[in-house]
Amino acid sequence: MSQEAIPQSGAHQSRPQSGVATSASGAVAQSSSFIRKHLREYGILLALIVIMAFFQIVTNGILLKPINLTNLILQNSYVIIMALGMLLVIVAGHIDLSVGSVLGFVGALAAVMIVHWHMNYVLAGVICLAVGGVIGALQGYWIAYWKIPSFIVTLAGMLVFKGLTLWLLAGQSVGPFPANFQLIASGFLPDLFSMHRFNLLSMLLGAAVVAGMLFLALRSRFRNRASSHDDEPAVFFFGRNLILAAAILYITWALSSFRGFPNVLVVMALLIAVYSFVTNRTTIGRRIYAVGGNEKATRLSGINTERLVFLTFANMGMLAALAGLVFAARLNTATPKAGLGFELDVIAAVFIGGASMAGGVGTIIGAVIGAFIMGVMNNGMSILGLGIDYQQVIKGLVLLVAVIFDVYNKNRA
Amino acid sequence: MPTILEMRDITKTFPGVIALDGVNLKVEEGEIHALVGENGAGKSTLMKVLSGVYPHGSYDGVIAFKGEDCAFSGIADSEKRGIIIIHQELALVPLLSIAENIFLGNERAKGGVIDWHDTFARTRALLAKVGLKEAPQTRVSDLGLGKQQLVEIAKALSKEVKLLILDEPTSSLNETDSEALLNLLLEFKAAGISSILISHKLNEISKVADTITVLRDGSAISTLDAKASSVSEADIIRDMVGRSLSDRFPPRDPRIGETIFAVSNWTAHHPQHAERKVVDDVSFHVRAGEVVGIAGLMGAGRTELAMSIFGRSYGAHISGEVTMHGRKVDVSTVHRAIAAGICYATEDRKSYGLVLDDTIRRNIPLAHLSGIANGIVIDEHREREVATDYRQRIRIKCSSIGQEVVNLSGGNQQKVVLAKWLFAGPEVLILDEPTRGIDVGAKYEIYSIIAELAATGKAIVVISSEMPELLGVTDRLYVMNEGRFVGEMPTKEASQEKIMSLIIRSGHRNRG
Repeated sequence: MSQEAIPQSGAHQSRPQSGVATSASGAVAQSSSFIRKHLREYGILLALIVIMAFFQIVTNGILLKPINLTNLILQNSYVIIMALGMLLVIVAGHIDLSVGSVLGFVGALAAVMIVHWHMNYVLAGVICLAVGGVIGALQGYWIAYWKIPSFIVTLAGMLVFKGLTLWLLAGQSVGPFPANFQLIASGFLPDLFSMHRFNLLSMLLGAAVVAGMLFLALRSRFRNRASSHDDEPAVFFFGRNLILAAAILYITWALSSFRGFPNVLVVMALLIAVYSFVTNRTTIGRRIYAVGGNEKATRLSGINTERLVFLTFANMGMLAALAGLVFAARLNTATPKAGLGFELDVIAAVFIGGASMAGGVGTIIGAVIGAFIMGVMNNGMSILGLGIDYQQVIKGLVLLVAVIFDVYNKNRA
Repeated sequence: MPTILEMRDITKTFPGVIALDGVNLKVEEGEIHALVGENGAGKSTLMKVLSGVYPHGSYDGVIAFKGEDCAFSGIADSEKRGIIIIHQELALVPLLSIAENIFLGNERAKGGVIDWHDTFARTRALLAKVGLKEAPQTRVSDLGLGKQQLVEIAKALSKEVKLLILDEPTSSLNETDSEALLNLLLEFKAAGISSILISHKLNEISKVADTITVLRDGSAISTLDAKASSVSEADIIRDMVGRSLSDRFPPRDPRIGETIFAVSNWTAHHPQHAERKVVDDVSFHVRAGEVVGIAGLMGAGRTELAMSIFGRSYGAHISGEVTMHGRKVDVSTVHRAIAAGICYATEDRKSYGLVLDDTIRRNIPLAHLSGIANGIVIDEHREREVATDYRQRIRIKCSSIGQEVVNLSGGNQQKVVLAKWLFAGPEVLILDEPTRGIDVGAKYEIYSIIAELAATGKAIVVISSEMPELLGVTDRLYVMNEGRFVGEMPTKEASQEKIMSLIIRSGHRNRG
């Protein structure tokens, strides 16, 4: 173990005798090398905590009030949903600039179908998701099979769907939606136990999630131990998991004592879990990382890289459509301006979360935390009554600092 | 002869590693000084210290150039003094012309406006000096690697070079181009320019070098007078690896069985120039337990042959038939070729073989993910077992299987590529330049792996530009030239002269 703790760089590796350390100093060296290796992952979580603590103090505790927490989640749900797809796109070495316009377009389509044509809202929702998938697939087709740069294809898509949104809505806002449709964004889990001002179902669900998470984390840790592979030092492992568990429990309690879990939160949590699993543990996830890391080598390993890129964009389109439905339901109207500039928030979230422009690097959890960092800052600055001008400047600088930190970290390693 | 360069007691450390440990290097005026050592011995680090890539203050020791102590803070400083380094990976801008490349950053200009007349005139003079017959306006991307190397040297000459450093200049050149390059070094020497030559090719070194310094594990082990008759290749190799290599190739006892893999009438056309046949009606076969070599010059079409067979990864209008155990197989995609039991390890491991920023553990199963997954879910435990197993079996030197392959030496990167293909379970393994750019010790290990694989009954094809290597590891040889197979012989009956004469004679026949 002690040898493995010595960082080795460039061509100067692999002389075993140079890495001998006593076991006592080995443990320390192991922790410090572990921090160095995973600085980015802990750094971003720490940044989120610090930012939240800061706004909690300067807003006199408003930030973490149940009603504001609920708002925070509802406000950022569509960014997070799209960030999941964008992470895959960026890991595969591409970019999608069209997601804001697609979100607006799908919202408009839903409004036209439901409000004007009186279509059943479930059917309309399914059609909208399919349309989003087709839009993504169309763009993906040119990118994957014709090798047209994704920047250009999706820039074109951004203009096209912005235009089509205007056309669909004839420049007007369309609404309101039927109450059932609105529940997507403004509904909460039912209060099965009908306790006074406390949603026990949500609380139980949150507790179950925490228990499940801890169980899975411990199980994977002990499995790794059994096969004696270098792992997170215990302090970090328990520290990280306890903080996370405490945070989820607090949020659960706070939400339960307000109106319970918003429906969107449940959908979002499920999506995060599924996409984390896909990226970490499945062959398709592994292949997406490989394509972004070295497309030629991946193709020569017998992997159909074109199809993979195509699917990543189709998936992105579908998630943008889902976000479009959530957004339209939340505003209870489809407007020509919906989704304007959202692509930039989504892309910023993914990069703050540690993804690399060159592809091959990034995590779902990072992207989600990145989205929350942006969201907490938006929310906190709005509570403080800071002007939109300052808000933009500060958000821009946060993105820049996050990426500079990444590059600095990489060069030093 | 006066001393042009003296590096005294150079020590350079990286966190946790001593890269250079009190190295002394002395270069006389007008000599060719060879620097040899295994990959990771510290040659490149030493040259980076010398050229200012690692600035003064980041290392200990003294650099004296022409008797003056130097404190370079960057490449620009060392270039100003006439120390020019030409890296292994060429630093030319492919879409610019020869002239533009030569004067890049040093443009012949008045007030920011380029004087093209002067630029082209000077370029012509420089090209004449290095013996390159190309117009100054030619795009660099239109030149072969050998000519690009000459452009690099012309660029160095444009800066009034006093000390030229060449890092593995011939590693990607064919024999003719290498020869020309080495002769050029000798001309420079006659003109009073000193050179430091980093190379793995001992025959080249013994041809041109005056002095040889051997580095090992960050220390200068010995400085030999290359012209003295007492210095043998064996001495140099012993100093490099710290042990004597009684034999450069592992012993083998080939047990050859039935034909496994056969290719007949294989033809492939150039992807852009469809009328050009890059592979022209080639047929060959490989038997179980047999190592077959394909010899030929750079550009003979060997890589194109292999890649066109391996899932049509190269070329257009491909025709011909591939059989395994006498049955025709479909190799129209890489996936199908692998499924048929054919694997191809590329000559360019960094661009085509590895996901460099990823770990060893994740690179090895890439060509056979189903081997570590249940359905689509990856079993991380099995993945670790597989990586650990190959790490031990083919001796990949690394701090852990979680190490990123970009940080491995060339030889160990090559082993990761081999592990990837071995895990895919091939019956036929095509190895394209399996030892390019790796050191003597690691080469021996790669040869051992080839021998072990053949002993387990696999059919192996080795494509190599190093003839001694082909003669050392193969059982049977094909000779390829200009897209066609022009000879076949058992390795026992082959010699470098025989192979070269086959190539030359076939060339004449084609033209006549």
